[in-house]
Amino acid sequence: MSSSHPAVIPSNGPYYGRFGGAFIPEILAPAIQELEAAYDAARADLAFQAELDATLQTYAGRPTPLTPAHRLSDALGGARIYLKREDLAHTGAHKINNALGQALLARRMGKKRIVAETGAGQHGVATATVCALLGLECVIYMGTTDIERQALNVLRMQLLGAEVRAVDAGSCTLKDAINEAIRDWVTNVRTTHYLLGSALGPHPYPRIVRDFQRVIGQEARVQILATEGRLPDLLIACVGGGSNAIGLFHPFLDDEAVAMVGVEAGGSGIDGGQHAARFADPERGRLGVLHGTQTYVLQDPDGQIALTDSISAGLDYAAVGPEHAWLREVSRAAYTYATDAEALDALQRLSELEGIIPALESAHAVAEAIKRAPQLPADALIIVNVSGRGDKDMQTVAEMLGDKLSSDQPHSGRRA
Amino acid sequence: MSRIETTLRGLRQADRTALMPYLTVGYPERDSALTLIPALVDGGADLIELGVPFSDPLADGPTIQAAGQQALRNGITLTRCLEQAAALRHQGVTVPFVLMGYYNPILQLGVAAFAAQAARAGIDGVIVPDLPPEEAAAVRAACAAHGLDLIFLLAPTADTARIDIVTACTDGFVYLVSLVGVTGARDHLSEDLATFVARVRSATDKPLAVGFGISTPAQAARVARIADGVIVGSALIDAISYADAPAEAAARFVEALRVALDAARSAP
Repeated sequence: MSSSHPAVIPSNGPYYGRFGGAFIPEILAPAIQELEAAYDAARADLAFQAELDATLQTYAGRPTPLTPAHRLSDALGGARIYLKREDLAHTGAHKINNALGQALLARRMGKKRIVAETGAGQHGVATATVCALLGLECVIYMGTTDIERQALNVLRMQLLGAEVRAVDAGSCTLKDAINEAIRDWVTNVRTTHYLLGSALGPHPYPRIVRDFQRVIGQEARVQILATEGRLPDLLIACVGGGSNAIGLFHPFLDDEAVAMVGVEAGGSGIDGGQHAARFADPERGRLGVLHGTQTYVLQDPDGQIALTDSISAGLDYAAVGPEHAWLREVSRAAYTYATDAEALDALQRLSELEGIIPALESAHAVAEAIKRAPQLPADALIIVNVSGRGDKDMQTVAEMLGDKLSSDQPHSGRRA
Repeated sequence: MSRIETTLRGLRQADRTALMPYLTVGYPERDSALTLIPALVDGGADLIELGVPFSDPLADGPTIQAAGQQALRNGITLTRCLEQAAALRHQGVTVPFVLMGYYNPILQLGVAAFAAQAARAGIDGVIVPDLPPEEAAAVRAACAAHGLDLIFLLAPTADTARIDIVTACTDGFVYLVSLVGVTGARDHLSEDLATFVARVRSATDKPLAVGFGISTPAQAARVARIADGVIVGSALIDAISYADAPAEAAARFVEALRVALDAARSAP
């Protein structure tokens, strides 16, 4: 690929261009300052970094593999696809990277109680897991809609000793769970760390989460260089808040030859408004402030936050991480969307061709690879982030596919 | 000096405590404010806080959340809130109005346009609970250009440096959050409240109003002995929610608070 992408200087401050900031209730101002100071100290502390690295290795199963997707690449024709296997990290998704980092940070700050939100349940499970590991009290807020569609993850969190509190407000999904987690944090701020799960929220969260997720891109960079002797041409990751995407993208920002595409949830399509594609809907996706950060937010003309819709609970959110908004604005990364149907199709194809069942979230990234690979030359390299595994989504998949799943004919055969 | 600060300082000199009720505009009916607010003034309110509903009010407890959701279902918008304020001025309501609402609707209207329209509607001051001083430069400038007070909150979690930052920025009064938590009626006031108020008092001569969690006349009386103003929101909304005649219930609720405040200040 000949196009080059301008190198950009990443920010460690509150703002990424005009995006970011810390729009928080006054009660939280001291806690945010304390968190930033503690994080800066931890970052500079070799012992903290060594403990995090060791735990990622001996507990979370890092490094995760970079798997060549031979049959998928052959079936598509065109670029060769590699899969970054965050589905093989402990608890089945990239969420463990950030949960572990923040839990170690919370322990260092002397906080004994953790609250977190969860959409798909993957962040909730990761948080419950690290709290069990470190002996911390754990409360997870989850919308009732998500509790219903991710029942398996609710059980996992409970087995891990967490209390799962149902949130029956608004759309009963991730946005509402974050509201309630913030209210808990406001109330218990003296004893409690809010373990935010995506590259969202008030500064310094987008930075902290990004830094703890950079391990994805750092590993992928080393792995592709070792395997192919060169950098990839294209990175693809799904974007809800955008933590797995920023983790993959960030270590490649200075590599001008590497293109990046984030894939939002297109739901049932952009026109009907039933989606979570903040960048793709110019009418409703506008600059706004939600949950402490200024970024692209789906909203109505009066500034009320829109209800979103996606087959994947983890992408079903009205705001996008501020650093993604900035990377798009400076044209360092591009953003597109995949619909529910495309994601479901991609989930089936990756399952049948590679023996890997991706999470519905990650399937959005796979769907983009399916579109792009045939248009690229045979020597092009794509890395797709398989941010999580799909076990949690089997109930949703069964409902969507119905009796198609029990058909004798393999899915890939039908397509051929 | 702004109308808000003049009012609060005048009451302080008269040895009275300002009664500052909060109502969600558009609740329980879209145009309820047009009758409820005159009733609050008749009942003895010195200043009115007009709450602008927001879909995701993360500093609010269940009562104000529910009232806001109902108000949104009733079709209220920020623009309609301002229209109702103007209508109340037209009816002859003269007490200071403070508009309290989250930042995103203000940002969508446009910060400068918002300030201009609010001033024209007869609003005296603005509270934005998710806009700390660090993020408030544009809103401060716009408010200042239109003679609006921008009022900041202070919470018991603040250290001395934070108290200095917030008291230096705020116009009109300092809104002291009585407790560590979200809005909503509570059975008991925080035990640390008097200490917190004293810490802020030693840093500023600006009027101090206390809100969050104050629900009964007895609690209001306790606050009256240490602060210049008492803000009551959720308990008032609860009182009108279960009333057959909301305006009468609002007036009675405020009258009881007024009696308690005045008695507390005249007691030896």
